[in-house]
Amino acid sequence: MAAVQGGMSDADIETDIKTEPSTDGFGNNNANDGRVLSASPGSGSSTGSNKQTAAVTPEDQQTLLAVLQFLKKNKLIESVEILRREAGLPENSLDPKATESAGAGSGGAAGIVDLEGGDVSSLLSRVTGSSSAGAQAPTKAVAEDQPDVRVVLSAYSQQGDPTLYEVYYSDLKKFIETVLDCHRAELSQVFYPLFVHMYLELVYNNHESEAKAFFEKFSGDQECYYEEDLRVLSGLTKKEHMRGNETLLDFRTSKFVLRISRDSYQLLKRHLQERQNNQIWNIIQEHLYIDIFDGMPRSKSQIDAMSGSLAGEAKREANKTKVYYGLLKEPEIELPLDDEDEEAENEEGKPKKKKPKKDSMGSKSKKQDPNAPSQNRIPLPELKDSDKLDKIMYMKEATKRIRLGSDNLPSVCFYTFLNAYQGLTAVDFTDDSSLIAGGFADSTVRVWSVTPKKLRKVKSAADLNLIDKESDDVLERIMDEKTASESKIMYGHSGPVYGISFSPDRNYLLSSSEDGTVRLWSLLTFTCLVAYKGHNYPVWDTQFSPYGYYFVSGGHDRVARLWATDHYQPLRIFSGHLADITCTRFHPNSNYVATGSSDRTIRVWDVLSGNCVRIFTGHKGPIHSLAFSPNGKFLASGATDGRVLLWDIGHGLMMGELKGHTDTIYSLRFSRDGEILASGSMDNTVRLWDVMKAFDDLETDDFTAATGHIHLQDNSQELLLGTYTTKSTPVIHLHFTRRNLLLAAGAFNP
Amino acid sequence: MSAMAEERRQKHCSVVLPTESMKAMAESVGVGQLQEDSCVALSEEVSYRIKEIAQDALKFMHHGKRRKLTTSDIDNALKLKNVEPLYGFQSQEFIPFRFASGGGRELHFYEEKEVDLSDIINTPLPRVPLDVSLKAHWLSIEGMQPAIPENPPPATKEQQKVESTEPLKVVKPGQEEEGTIQGKGQGTTTPDGKGKEKGLIRLKPRSTHELSVEQQLYYKEITEACVGSCEAKRAEALQSIATDPGLYQMLPRFSTFISEGVRVNVVQNNLALLIYLMRMVKALMDNPTLYLEKYLHELIPAVVTCIVSKQLCLRPDVDNHWALRDFAARLMAQSCKTFSTTTNNIQSRITKTFTKSWLDDKTQWTTRYGCIAGLAELGPDVIKTLIIPRLAIEGARIKAVMEGPVISNIDKIGAEHVQSLLLKHCASVIAKLRSPPDNVEQYRTEYGYLGPMLCSHVMKARTQAALQAQQVNRTTLTITQPRLRATAAQANRRPRTPSIIKVPSSLTLMSPRPGTPSQPSPPATKYIVMATSAGAASTQQVILVITLSSSQSASPVTSTVPSATSTLQPLVKLEPGSGPGLTASRPLQKYIVVSLPSSASSSLETKSSVLPTSISSSSLDGGMKLERSESPGASTQSPH
Repeated sequence: MAAVQGGMSDADIETDIKTEPSTDGFGNNNANDGRVLSASPGSGSSTGSNKQTAAVTPEDQQTLLAVLQFLKKNKLIESVEILRREAGLPENSLDPKATESAGAGSGGAAGIVDLEGGDVSSLLSRVTGSSSAGAQAPTKAVAEDQPDVRVVLSAYSQQGDPTLYEVYYSDLKKFIETVLDCHRAELSQVFYPLFVHMYLELVYNNHESEAKAFFEKFSGDQECYYEEDLRVLSGLTKKEHMRGNETLLDFRTSKFVLRISRDSYQLLKRHLQERQNNQIWNIIQEHLYIDIFDGMPRSKSQIDAMSGSLAGEAKREANKTKVYYGLLKEPEIELPLDDEDEEAENEEGKPKKKKPKKDSMGSKSKKQDPNAPSQNRIPLPELKDSDKLDKIMYMKEATKRIRLGSDNLPSVCFYTFLNAYQGLTAVDFTDDSSLIAGGFADSTVRVWSVTPKKLRKVKSAADLNLIDKESDDVLERIMDEKTASESKIMYGHSGPVYGISFSPDRNYLLSSSEDGTVRLWSLLTFTCLVAYKGHNYPVWDTQFSPYGYYFVSGGHDRVARLWATDHYQPLRIFSGHLADITCTRFHPNSNYVATGSSDRTIRVWDVLSGNCVRIFTGHKGPIHSLAFSPNGKFLASGATDGRVLLWDIGHGLMMGELKGHTDTIYSLRFSRDGEILASGSMDNTVRLWDVMKAFDDLETDDFTAATGHIHLQDNSQELLLGTYTTKSTPVIHLHFTRRNLLLAAGAFNP
Repeated sequence: MSAMAEERRQKHCSVVLPTESMKAMAESVGVGQLQEDSCVALSEEVSYRIKEIAQDALKFMHHGKRRKLTTSDIDNALKLKNVEPLYGFQSQEFIPFRFASGGGRELHFYEEKEVDLSDIINTPLPRVPLDVSLKAHWLSIEGMQPAIPENPPPATKEQQKVESTEPLKVVKPGQEEEGTIQGKGQGTTTPDGKGKEKGLIRLKPRSTHELSVEQQLYYKEITEACVGSCEAKRAEALQSIATDPGLYQMLPRFSTFISEGVRVNVVQNNLALLIYLMRMVKALMDNPTLYLEKYLHELIPAVVTCIVSKQLCLRPDVDNHWALRDFAARLMAQSCKTFSTTTNNIQSRITKTFTKSWLDDKTQWTTRYGCIAGLAELGPDVIKTLIIPRLAIEGARIKAVMEGPVISNIDKIGAEHVQSLLLKHCASVIAKLRSPPDNVEQYRTEYGYLGPMLCSHVMKARTQAALQAQQVNRTTLTITQPRLRATAAQANRRPRTPSIIKVPSSLTLMSPRPGTPSQPSPPATKYIVMATSAGAASTQQVILVITLSSSQSASPVTSTVPSATSTLQPLVKLEPGSGPGLTASRPLQKYIVVSLPSSASSSLETKSSVLPTSISSSSLDGGMKLERSESPGASTQSPH
C-alpha cells in the first residue's frame, strides 16, 4: 500500500484527507481474506501516516474507531498505537460501543467467507457513506449467534404488534391520499421506503404470514420502477434469508434519501404525531433521510425524474463539491508545415482557411480554462516522441473533421462480428480507429486491424539482437513480417471478458473478466503482461485513462479501483455504490472517474482524493453505459430502462432525458465536437440525438435555483435525429473517428 | 387500475416448489421418508436460493449482451455464491424435458442417455465452425440508410401494405426524417411559420415514383440484363431481384416493364423474351420484402397471357412454347396460393377464365393446353373436380385429331401435348382416388380414349409413390419456408421434378421454386422489348387486354380493329362477380381475349403493330387511374 501511494506524487498524500480511512479500512479487510496477510502491517502503517490532519468529523471518528478496533482484533498493536497517536484520539477512545460495532464488522467478515466482500463493503459503505451513520452504529448489539445480520438489522428488533402494521400503513396512505394535491406527490415518496422497511421488520421478527399479507396488500401500490426490487423482496420471507441478501443490506445500511419541501414535511410530521403513529415515525427517523428544502413542493414529474435509485435521491450536499470539469491544456506541439498533404491542399487554394484555424486552435490551448484542474493535479505520464507524432496526426485529422449538426448527420459504418457463436461481450476501437478489439464469452480476446496495415509481432530476442539499432527504421525492423495477419487471438482469461480498453498509445490493451482479474496485454508481442488481481468477483468494466498509465475497473464487489499499469495493487478504491458497478469511464481530463451501477445511480469520483463528488439519480434500471462530452462538461448515461439521461457535471443536475430505445443501451458516444450523441442498444438500433439543442433548450435559470429542481421537457422526439436499425445485431459499441465518422459494432445474432 | 395491481400482485406472489419435488429429489439421493415439515422448510429455502441464483444469472446475461439466459450464466452465478457449477449442461436451444407419471406422481425429467465412448471416438469429427470474422457495411450515409442486403428492408411488407391501402396515414422512417429535416431547413428561412410548415410537409403524401439516380441506373442495368443475351448476367440480375430488400420503390416500374414487355412480345411471338419476363415475375415473387398485391393487376394478365395465348413463338411446330406455358401456369398457381383472398378472389376468377375457354369447342390446342396446365397447377382438388370429369370428352377430341384425317401438323402436336399433360397430372390424382386393382377396361369405360394410357400411368405413379415413401421415411422433414405452402399441393403432379419428395401421409414437399423452363430452341439474340416494328408474318395473335373500367374495356378492341369485328371471337370473357370482388375504390377487372383471323393480311398486320400500343396506353390510363384512386395526392407519378 505504501508503495502504491508512492505512485501518486508525494504532494497528493499531503492533501489527501477524507476517504483514506475507508480506503485503508477496506484494504485491511481484504488483507483479512488471508490472501495478503503480509501486506496488512504495511497498510496499517500507511493508514497511520495519513492521519496527520486533525479535521476529524464525527463520522470519521466513528470510522477511525472501527479501524482501530479492527487492527486490535488482528493483533496489530503497533499500528493501533500509531493510528491512535496520529488521529489524536484518547487512550480510552475504544469505548465498548465502538468495540461492538467494529467487532461485529470483522466478525462478519471472518464468519461468512463467501459473502465477505459484499458484507464488508456494505458495512463500510454504511460507515462512510451516510453522514449520520455515526449515530446509528453504536446503538444496539445483542444476539451472539449471527453477528453480521444482527448489526445490520438491530433496528428491526423493536417489536410492534404485527397485525397493526397494515393499519398503520393504510392509515398513512389514507392521509396522503386526502392531502392537498401539491403535497401528495411529495409525500407519496415515503410509501416505498416505508413499505420496504415495514415488510423487513415483519420478516425479521418472524411474522411470516403477516409479512406476506402486508406485501400482497401494498406491493401493487408502489411505483412501477421498483418492480425489480419488489421481486427480490417477494422472495425474501424468512429471517434466515436476510442473512447475506445484498438488497436487504443495502436498504438497511444506507438511509433512503427523500427530498421533501418544508411544508409537506410539517404536514406529515403533524399527522404522525397526532395519530401517535410511532411505528412509522420510528422508521422515518431511523431509516429515512429527509432532505428538507424551502420552497414550492415538487411536482410528480419532477420527483419521478429523480427517483428510482436503490437508496432514494442524492442529497443536495452530495453534489456541492466543486468539480474541475475543464480540460487540461494541450501540450504545445509544432505542426510541421512542409507536409505533402498540406502542399497539395495549398494548391487547391485553401491556405487562407487553414491559417486562422490553426491560430484559433493555438490560442485555445494557450488559455487556461477556469474550470480546469491544475495541470499537475494528478501526475500524468510524460509525452513520448511517438505520442507527439500521434498528436500531430490527430490535429491534422481534426482539420478535416466534418462539422456535424442536426442538418448534417454522420455516416455510420457498422462492423458486424459474424460467426461469434461464443458470444461477443465487449468491443473497443483505438482512438485513431485502426484497431478493433473484441472480448468474447469464451475467455478470448481478439484484435483486428481494420486498416490494410496488418498486425505483426515483435521479433524474438535472438533476432532482435541482429538488428542495427542505429538505423532510422528500427521500429519497422523489429517487427516480424512472418507473423503478419489481420487478427490475433490472446488467451489468458478463465471467464467471459466483459470489459476491454485500448491504451491511448495503442501499445496496450486491457481486458476485465468474470475470473476477477484485469489483464494488460501488449500489442507488440500479443501476450499478457500483467494480471491485476484485487476484485475477487467478476469485473464488469475497465477503461484506460485518456492519458494512459492509469486505468479504472469496477465489478460485482461494488467497488471501483483505480490502478496504474506499473503497480500490482490499486491506487484508489472507490467504494459507496450499493450494488455492482457496471460501467466505468474516465473524465477527459483524467482527474475524475464516473461509475454506473446496478443500484441505479451514477457516481463521479475524484481521482486525487478518492471522494465521491457527484451522485446522480434518476435511472430506473442498472446503468450500462456512460459517456463524457468532449468538453468535459456533460455526462450521458444509458440504462436497461432504455433511457438516456444527460447530466451537467459542474452543477450536478440532470439536463435532459432522451427516450426512444426499447431495450438496454450498451453504448453511448459524443461526436468529436460534442454536437451529436450516438446511442447503441440491444434493440438493434443506433440513434442519433441533437444534444446541443438539448443543452441549449434548458434555461440557465434552472442552474442557479438553489433547490436544484429542473423541469424536464418531454422533447425526445424533437431531439432524435435518426434511427438506424440493423438486421439482427445488437449494437454494443460506438466510436467516432477523428473525422467524425461513426463506427458501430455488434455481433450478428441470427 | 385495480386489475393492473392485481396482475402485478400475482406476478410477485412467491412461487414455491412443490413439496413432492423435494421428496422425489430426496429419494433420488437416497433419503427416504422425509418429514412433511422438513419438505416444506426445504422447498421454501430451495426456492429462495434458486431465485437468488436466477437474479445473479440475469446480471451475467445482461453483461453478456444477450437476451437469452444460458446455462453458463447459471454456472457463473453459482460460482459467485461459491457453489460448484453444474458442469455438463451445454446451452442448447432446446432441452427436451420428458414427462412421466405413475403412482399418483408426475415427474418432468431430462433424459440422459448412456453414451458409448467408442461411438464418440469413431464418429468423424464435425465440421469446424467458422471463425469469427468482421464485416463492415454502411448502416447510414449522411443520415440516410442505404437499401443494401446488410440493412433491414427500408419498408417492411406491412408498411408497404398499409401504405397501399391507406396512403395518407403512413410516413416511413426514412421519409419522416427527410421530411423533418426539410421542415427544419425551411423553418430557418421562415422562422415564424416553422411549426405550420413542418406539419404541412409531414402531411404531404410522398411520391413513391421518384427514383434516385442510382436507382435509375440499377433499374436500367437490371432490365437490360434480364432481357439481354448473357445468361450469366441474367442470373445475377434475377438473383438481385429475388433478394434485394430495397426494391419496393422500383416495383411499379418493374411491373409495368413486365406487362408491357409481354404485350409487345406476344404480338411478335418472341418466345425467349416472354420466358425472360416470366422469370422476372418469378424473381419478384421470390423476394420476401416486396408487397406485390398492389401490382397484381399488371402481373396476372401478363402471366395468364403466357399461359393461354394461341401463339407464343414463331414456329409453333418446333419451338418449345409448352415449357413457357407450364412455367407460367406454375407461377399463376403460386400467386393464387399467396395472394388469393376472399376480397380479390383471384383463384376463383382465374379458374373461371381457364374453364370457360377450355369448354369452348373452338379453342385452339395451344390455348387448350394452357388452360389445362393452369388448372392442373392449382392443385389436386381442382384436378379432381374440373379436369377428371372431362377426361372422356377431351379424350375423344384428342382421338379425333390423332386418328382422324390429318388436318394440320400443329394440331397434332398440340393434341399430343394435351394428352401427355392430362396423363401427367391426372395419373397421380387418380392413383389416390381409386383403390389399387387397376383394370384397363374399367379405365376405358370411365375415361374413354385416354383410359388405357391412364391406367398404365396410374400404376407407374403408384410404384413411384411407394418407392419415394420408403426413401423419405428415413429422414425427418421440417417445413420452414412459409412460401412452401404455395406449391406443396401441386407437387405430386410433377414427378419429373427431382426435388419432389413424397411423404406417405399425403404431405408433399418440394422446393418452393417452380422449375425454370429450358431455353427455347432458337438461340436468343438481342431484342429490344419496346420496339413496335412487326416481325415475321404472324398468322394468329392472341392479345390479352386488361382494362380497369368496364366502359373503357370495349373501346380499344372495337375501335382499333374495326375490320376484324366479323371474325372477332371473344375466347374468354370474364367479368368477375362485380362489387364484392374488389375493394370499393377499385374499378372492375375485365379480361378480353381477342383472336384475329388467321387470314389476316399485311394490312391488318400493321394494325396489329398499332394495336398493342393503343391498348397499352388505354390500360395504362386505367392503371394510372387506379393509382390515383388509391393515392389521390400522388400527382407527380409518371408511367414510365
